[in-house]
Amino acid sequence: MSATTVEAAPAVSLPPVSTFFQRFCKNRTALVAAIILLIIVLIAIFAPYIAPHDPARSSLRNILKPPGAMYWFGSDDLGRDVASRLMFASRLSLVASLQAVAIALVIGMPLGLISGYVGGWVDTVISRCNDALMSFPALILAVVIVGLMGPSLTNAMTAIGLVYAPRIMRVVRGSTLSVREEVYVRAARATGCSDARIITRHVLPNVTGPLVVQATVLMGQALLAEAGLSFLGLGTQPPEASWGAMLGTAFPYMAQSPVPTIAAGVVISVTVLCFNLIGDGIRDSVGRMRRSGD
Amino acid sequence: MSDNTAPLLEIRDLSVQFPSPHGWLTVVDKVSFNVGRNDIVCVVGESGSGKSVTMQAAVGLVQPKGGRITSGSVRFDGQELVGMGNRQINRIRGDAIGFIFQEPMSSLNPAYTVGEQIAEVVRRHRGASRADAWKRAVEALDRVHIASAASRAAEYPHQFSGGMRQRVMIAMAIACDPKLLIADEPTTALDVTIQARILELLRELQRDSGMSVLFITHDLGVVADIARYVVVMYGAQVVEAAPVDDLFAAPRHPYTSGLLGAMPQVALERGHDPIAIPGTVAQAHAWPNGCRFNPRCGYRREGPCTTAALPLTSVGNGLVRCALTEELRPILGRATMVPA
Amino acid sequence: MNALRYLLRRAVSTIPMLVLVGLITFLLIHITPGDPASVVAGENASEEAIEDARRRLGLDQPFLVQFWTWLLRVLHGDLGVSFTSGKPVTELIFDRMPITLSLTAGATLIGLLIAVPLGVFAATKRGSWLDRLTIFSTSLGIAAPEFFIGLLLVLLIALQLGWLPATGYVPFAEDPVEWLLRLTLPSITLGLGVAAELARQVRGAMIDVLSRDYIQTARAKGLSTLSIIVKHGLKNAAIPVVTVLGLQVRRLLGGTVIVEQIFAMNGVGSLAVRAVFLRDLPVLLGVALTTAVIVLLVNLIVDISYGYFDPKVRA
Repeated sequence: MSATTVEAAPAVSLPPVSTFFQRFCKNRTALVAAIILLIIVLIAIFAPYIAPHDPARSSLRNILKPPGAMYWFGSDDLGRDVASRLMFASRLSLVASLQAVAIALVIGMPLGLISGYVGGWVDTVISRCNDALMSFPALILAVVIVGLMGPSLTNAMTAIGLVYAPRIMRVVRGSTLSVREEVYVRAARATGCSDARIITRHVLPNVTGPLVVQATVLMGQALLAEAGLSFLGLGTQPPEASWGAMLGTAFPYMAQSPVPTIAAGVVISVTVLCFNLIGDGIRDSVGRMRRSGD
Repeated sequence: MSDNTAPLLEIRDLSVQFPSPHGWLTVVDKVSFNVGRNDIVCVVGESGSGKSVTMQAAVGLVQPKGGRITSGSVRFDGQELVGMGNRQINRIRGDAIGFIFQEPMSSLNPAYTVGEQIAEVVRRHRGASRADAWKRAVEALDRVHIASAASRAAEYPHQFSGGMRQRVMIAMAIACDPKLLIADEPTTALDVTIQARILELLRELQRDSGMSVLFITHDLGVVADIARYVVVMYGAQVVEAAPVDDLFAAPRHPYTSGLLGAMPQVALERGHDPIAIPGTVAQAHAWPNGCRFNPRCGYRREGPCTTAALPLTSVGNGLVRCALTEELRPILGRATMVPA
Repeated sequence: MNALRYLLRRAVSTIPMLVLVGLITFLLIHITPGDPASVVAGENASEEAIEDARRRLGLDQPFLVQFWTWLLRVLHGDLGVSFTSGKPVTELIFDRMPITLSLTAGATLIGLLIAVPLGVFAATKRGSWLDRLTIFSTSLGIAAPEFFIGLLLVLLIALQLGWLPATGYVPFAEDPVEWLLRLTLPSITLGLGVAAELARQVRGAMIDVLSRDYIQTARAKGLSTLSIIVKHGLKNAAIPVVTVLGLQVRRLLGGTVIVEQIFAMNGVGSLAVRAVFLRDLPVLLGVALTTAVIVLLVNLIVDISYGYFDPKVRA
């Protein structure tokens, strides 16, 4: 197995990072979404410095105040500043989503690689189990898993990670399968290249593209799922609050003070939209490279 | 023309444009020719000559594809088709004018039975009941010589071979006894042997019903087989038109002569190997000045051929668009031109 | 005959999936991190309480024995007994099924009613303002959490305008009009999410179909535009659309969990949520299994419909 044979293989992998960025930036929608997301992340990181009030401080004299100079989005049922709480809640929500996606990747990727690369009955068994797992409605499965583990944010994110692992598995398996049949891979195997080497040199680069797209979109989905679970009280437990939990606590008081509810909902929607658009942008940037025959 | 009474189809100065990255392109440029009654006319040309688009435009099929008719008139059986409302022209399409397309594999709807696709035309244009329409569908399949028509009518397109599907298309087109059948390269996608049988079928149907046939093709062999009158198109224009015998015996346009020279049989007669016409058709956004064929023409002369746009002139029994017609007359029938 | 055989074949191929789904439900207790027994026993439970919980869950038995007893019970339709109420889980679930199913059906209907015309119009008038509006609003619809839309609807239509009731459920048998009224807002909430995803699919599928050769043939036959779009176009566009519809039903069943809470409906979803707080594991597992089985059935129906839409599949 000479080095030249491997080096000569055409790179159907991720395009060079600089070209990728160039193409991505040409897509205006995706670029705007990325900037907005960046702003949200920065707010989350610097929340302690930019939040106008202490998010945990309640003031019984200022319950459910409408938005104004003092409380930008009004105050909640315990007199806490909604705007500050939203900023701090962003840390929980974003990190939680990251956690969930990480778990999904850790479980889904190896399974997808094995299933796609080894093939045969291993693939059949793993795929069938995967399909069966995907027959459970996502939210119901998450609720059941949380029910088995006890309600808490960590458990909720683990549950969501487990529920989404099959999707990652499918994407990885798909890419692995398509690469496995490429001529240069078969040539590499024929010349005695070790499986591990083939996987790292050829399969992984090919998988990264679709995987990154799927992971980005999944961040948005995980955010929605966490919001849902926290809204039901199955995720974040008080006194901590994520966006979903804030939505859940603001909801009973919606008639008197609608702004906190709307604010939380809009923030969630915008963030998810950004993830979706960025995912689309990545997909277009990577896809276009393949088509031009790089 | 081949008939004394008023022509069935009169196309006059028809121009069609399509949008492109270079703006609106004229893909059919003031095309004129006639189709008489009980006539078989072939329109010949390479890809890009505009032959298919001309006929699609004539029956109002270019608009859904984004094209537009910019000028000209198309008179069918006394009625002006250009500018006719969609609903009106819909009544003529499928009824008085039948259309067959090139790709039998994809031109039939995979989700409905063959019989249903024929019956719906009859129901639509004749107001027939489901039962009557189905009967006529079976009859149509019979006329195109599909065995066991009654049972095959209940089958789906994927259960038919390419040649059979084309027969189904023909059955669909003639189900309402049209006056004009337009066939757009119906045999190009078929095997040579099947091709011959389809041509024979068309000849037979034409003979039996007296309908006129307008056959679009790039294959002069097909033209020799069934045409009575030929229209040659190049670069979105008509460059020659003549009765078939005249065209083959004494072509007037260098392009026609070149097409003939590329045919094995004709080349044999002339005493040389088949020679393809050198060069390729210019793009529609960059037509050459003067005669559009001049960059590839072996007889080209600087001046008359390369400056002014050339008109279509009447010559003997036909038409020709060439600056050097008189000079070339004695030569073209016998020689095949050398590369420019 | 061909059609019947196709039907049977698809039905039979569902059986292995049913078995797998049942197996996974059983395994959920075992593979979930943590100890279910202590979850059931509660936070400050004593050793004996935890042991007691373990026995109630049957976790003290050997693995295979557990599986066997569970399998037998499930095949007889017995999903266990609720820890809280003592009632059979199957009974609890079936009591609440009509609510959840009405909601799911309502949402699907609304989704279709919005998405199909919208998708078809957008496909036939590409580049028009309607087309661009469709693409834009479907992006939004896919991103927004549906319960947020539900909250907004409650705020606007129920509370501010007072047009429709905000909560509750009335069985159809009792009062059909009330049943419809109360289902409207929740169905719209879930239905909009379905419509967003579906409209994209319909648009995409129709654009593809309308560019096919057989559509040109249909035009050349002089058929009316309506006939071309609806008869020739939709039937061929149906398969990808129906596939997505099946997936949407799965999502809807999950979505009912939240929507039932917002609109105070006593369906299967709220049963599950309450079971989490009450640590009622048999109910939870029962709900999981039941919904998965429903999803498999829906997939089967979708599969069978392929045979209708695409004759080639029947062969």
